[in-house]
Amino acid sequence: MKQGDESLAARSLSREIYEEAGALPTEVRFMEVCGTHTMAIHEAGLKSLLPENIKLVSGPGCPVCVTEKSFIDEAILIGKEYDACLVTFGDLVRVPGSFGSLASYRAEGGSIRVVYSPLDAIAAAEEALGRPTVFLGVGFETTIPTIAATLKTALGKGVDNLFVVSAFKTIHPPLKILAAKDDLDGFLLPGHVSAILGSNCFEYLPRDFHKAGVVAGFEGLDILQALRDLVRMVARKSPHIANDYKRVVRSEGNPTARALIDEVFAPCDASWRGLGVIPGSGLVPKGPYSRFDASVHLPVDVPPAEDDPRCRCAAILMGSRTPDTCGLFGRECTPEYPVGPCMVSSEGTCAAYYKYGAV
Amino acid sequence: MCLAIPMELIEITGEGTGKVNAGGIRTDVSLMMIPHAKVGDYLIIHAGFGIEILDREEARIRLDLFKEIAEATRHLEET
Repeated sequence: MKQGDESLAARSLSREIYEEAGALPTEVRFMEVCGTHTMAIHEAGLKSLLPENIKLVSGPGCPVCVTEKSFIDEAILIGKEYDACLVTFGDLVRVPGSFGSLASYRAEGGSIRVVYSPLDAIAAAEEALGRPTVFLGVGFETTIPTIAATLKTALGKGVDNLFVVSAFKTIHPPLKILAAKDDLDGFLLPGHVSAILGSNCFEYLPRDFHKAGVVAGFEGLDILQALRDLVRMVARKSPHIANDYKRVVRSEGNPTARALIDEVFAPCDASWRGLGVIPGSGLVPKGPYSRFDASVHLPVDVPPAEDDPRCRCAAILMGSRTPDTCGLFGRECTPEYPVGPCMVSSEGTCAAYYKYGAV
Repeated sequence: MCLAIPMELIEITGEGTGKVNAGGIRTDVSLMMIPHAKVGDYLIIHAGFGIEILDREEARIRLDLFKEIAEATRHLEET
């Protein structure tokens, strides 16, 4: 594209959104399900291109935000009781547990290794010479197949000191709960989760809930285009699923990646921070892969964790409140000293609001 | 956390592994999820894995669409 083309296209899409929204009698609320979209929206300042009656709210698609405090507690307890080396994505390091974060545990002498790829956990386990090496498993369907592939590789190599603490989450169960909410009109669907699952898998949104959904890419224009399509569907009362990220997302997704998930994991109930237990929304290693299950092979007694009762992250993750309506936001709860999970994750709604001043 | 970026596959280095490049940054990735990837394909990379192959035709269609919108807007704003 030529110099300036991008801002011209953005202005044009914004104008179309204004035109469609002008015909709407009420406020319309769309949820961006994915935390990476939340960041992209704030970074590009897209909210300033939207009319007053189009509201964007963030959803539960930030893995760190929906991971229970007790997960951090369990990891640290495993580290202490079994002299284990904890292997994690960087996102989790600063998340506060009940008795400190992984960062503070490391400062006390705990062994933490931060990796970019879960495959690095295999190398870490091999170097650990028999010492238990525990991968902290968080993520949605984009990340889950990478862990499945890692466990498959580890099984093939006969690595017997690698374990996984499972806090994986799948997107459909919470999305079905959110789709039933009257105050949400449509969904900006997660681009890279959809790369795995396919755009077809969201057909239940219009069919069962009469809600619109558009799979979107992560550039400013991708998101504006998806929002224009969402507004159009609502204005014309024809909710359906559209795929605006066709360069990456196929209608049937990536079957090889899904086969990996199915080979290694079985569904289980999972507890979402702020949302509670959602049946069938988690995954645990199954069959020959259960040898990697830390909860079976490295059991610890994890005391129930309590969240600060003033924290509004639960309502924020459901799209019912925005961070600026929380009394802690920007005062007691800042990225430096986060109280709730939506502030600690760089992709959390509160962190995005704080960083980009979008109040 | 679902961040993923396109990088060009420049070499198949072994069974299910390859080397990718973007702007001079090179790294090894797993091709377990996209075993049909070929050298020259642009891969969507997440956590050290290629999770999908970029569809060049669709990427071109998108760019053409935005160019068209920009051109029409330029025309509209100048007149």
